[in-house]
Amino acid sequence: MQGSSPTARPPRPRRAGTLPLLLLGMGLLLFAATVLDAARRGNAADLAGPRGLVAELGLTDLALFTEARYTRHLSQADRHTAFQDHPLALDHFPSGSLVPPPQRLRRP
Amino acid sequence: MSHFLRRQRYLIDFTLASLGRRKGKNLGLLGVYTLIVFLLASVMLFSQALRQEAGLLLQEAPEVVVQRMVAGRHDLIPAAYLERIGTLRGVAAKYGRLWGYFYDPAVQANYTLMVPRTREIAGGEMIVGAGIARTRGLGPGDFLSFRSGGGSTFSFRVAAVLAADAELVSADLLLVNEADFRAFFGIETGMYTDIALEVRNPREVRKVAEKLSVLLPDTRPILREEILRTYDALFQWRQGIVFVLLTGSLLAFVIFAWDKASGLSAEEKREIGILKAIGWETADVIRMKFWEGALVSLGAFLLGYLAAYVHVFFADAALFAPVLKGWAVLYPQFRPQPFVDGLQVATLFFFTVFPYTVATVVPIWRAATTDPDAVMR
Amino acid sequence: MINLNDISKAFNQGRPNEFWAVRGVSLDIEDNRVTVLRGPSGSGKTTLLSMIGCLSRPTSGRILLGERNLSGLPERFLTGIRRETFGFIFQRFNLIAGLTVLDNVMLPAYPLAPSHPELVQRATALLEQFGMAGKAASPVEWLSGGEAQRTAICRALINSPQILIADEPTANLDTRLSQEFMAIIGELKAAGRTVILTSHDPVVSEAPCVDRVVTLRDGQVQGG
Repeated sequence: MQGSSPTARPPRPRRAGTLPLLLLGMGLLLFAATVLDAARRGNAADLAGPRGLVAELGLTDLALFTEARYTRHLSQADRHTAFQDHPLALDHFPSGSLVPPPQRLRRP
Repeated sequence: MSHFLRRQRYLIDFTLASLGRRKGKNLGLLGVYTLIVFLLASVMLFSQALRQEAGLLLQEAPEVVVQRMVAGRHDLIPAAYLERIGTLRGVAAKYGRLWGYFYDPAVQANYTLMVPRTREIAGGEMIVGAGIARTRGLGPGDFLSFRSGGGSTFSFRVAAVLAADAELVSADLLLVNEADFRAFFGIETGMYTDIALEVRNPREVRKVAEKLSVLLPDTRPILREEILRTYDALFQWRQGIVFVLLTGSLLAFVIFAWDKASGLSAEEKREIGILKAIGWETADVIRMKFWEGALVSLGAFLLGYLAAYVHVFFADAALFAPVLKGWAVLYPQFRPQPFVDGLQVATLFFFTVFPYTVATVVPIWRAATTDPDAVMR
Repeated sequence: MINLNDISKAFNQGRPNEFWAVRGVSLDIEDNRVTVLRGPSGSGKTTLLSMIGCLSRPTSGRILLGERNLSGLPERFLTGIRRETFGFIFQRFNLIAGLTVLDNVMLPAYPLAPSHPELVQRATALLEQFGMAGKAASPVEWLSGGEAQRTAICRALINSPQILIADEPTANLDTRLSQEFMAIIGELKAAGRTVILTSHDPVVSEAPCVDRVVTLRDGQVQGG
């Protein structure tokens, strides 16, 4: 009844999984590519310029938060810097709410 | 292809064809899911990369910085302290540093004024960080005037702009020579902001710090390892904060996904009955559902992660800049070096892919074990 | 040859609403015959059919398929036998909406995992045989009743089972389509298959290809 058909093979229908699996495979390849990219580019040699500047000037901090004195040089700040302008002033810069005092200052 | 793989492939075909029936809804789900992964992965990659970069850069910071404390507050340190330190074993070099802040009302930005140790700068000239140059539209040869604390106006000519690739550490720097610095801030000769010590052998740093606190009781030493730890903790804390903020949206998604994945409709139950009646095993039905959960969540993970990678390392983390900037006028333009922490990625993978897959598979269990003759009743 | 020996089936056993759908049925169903189980609704014919087709187990009694005792087999093996030996046609066709005709026909073969081109060829050949080749790519919800019925037949035949089981196959068909269906059953019989149907439709029980009609009432065999 259902034995081999003598007629020419019908065109193969598209399988629902083909495209998504191909895309997923591509995604996995790209994922591997990001790991390789990170391994290739992310090393100290590429930072030679900035590292030289840090060494030359004796820099101690990142210039990420320049809005306030106590956030610009986090590691150099002390317990009181945040309240320098007024003894009762609350921490009023946005980064101040995200940046805690350095670990060593939180020790009692 | 082995029998096992062919069988899984058929199950995948079926589950994807089933998902394709409600294309809009399922693509919407994938989109929301991807967005969540994208946000989490962006925060993760960005924080990790900054941590890594801060660690690498600040490796070059002075081993010990000595600050003088007067009545518990940071104060200028006399040059005489350099002599009082004398020759400590292990200290290769010691020098006084001069630096301070200047608030520029014209652009409402804080600058960090600093005197370089080795670089020669002519009187009346300055070297500015790339951030200042951009904000004030400066180039070599331009002049900038500031009103000093003493009330007089100082004019500086831009001699050079610091390299843009070092912006992360130098965006707000303004380098002048010692004479100009002292005149501008009114700091007498013989006073420094703090003292930096170079210690070659890392094992001797602690010893040096101990001796310093004996020699100079009114100072406190800040060690480089503390600086590195501070930054390490800072980005972990920041990442934690954002994750906490994201938890709300994450929970909303969990509710949505749970409802979507676990609420088996009557139609789905009937379909499972049909599949069982025509010869699918319980295990086949569960595997089929497993593939649905696994493929959707893996797809969302990959899409979200890849988008985050592009966002952080190729698009300068544009979405996070406002968060990091805060009220700062001077914000460094930088592109962190790509850094991928395997453990973090694995954690992200686990927390995004695993719960959804489980939420898809678990409710099917009961439906899949119903008697196959249910369809005949 | 299927041999039913004193088969009973209870639902909700041990509870107040206990109900015996089939009571002590003994029956031999010969190979290459068309057998019709006839009876009013509630007579237990569908329950009996589902036990023959390994969809459920009798509460007591023995079912022999050839030499094998089906009653004692664990679920996994029962599924395997069901897949390889029986093809099912359900009253409401039970096609899976949203999938194409071709996908629906191939479904019972998925757990067996034949190679895909071979499976497509087998399914296409079946669809051609039943005049459905042109509809292979259409979603099943676009089909008319007769077309859905023929798709269901193709699906039942995809694993080339020895025995075909149909539960009220003509309940949703008009007389002409019912006669057409019985003609197909006749062809299947001619090709060497065993067919077991339930029906209370005279078009089915009086069709020329039917060899035997078993009448059930209140879960017991009345004649035949």
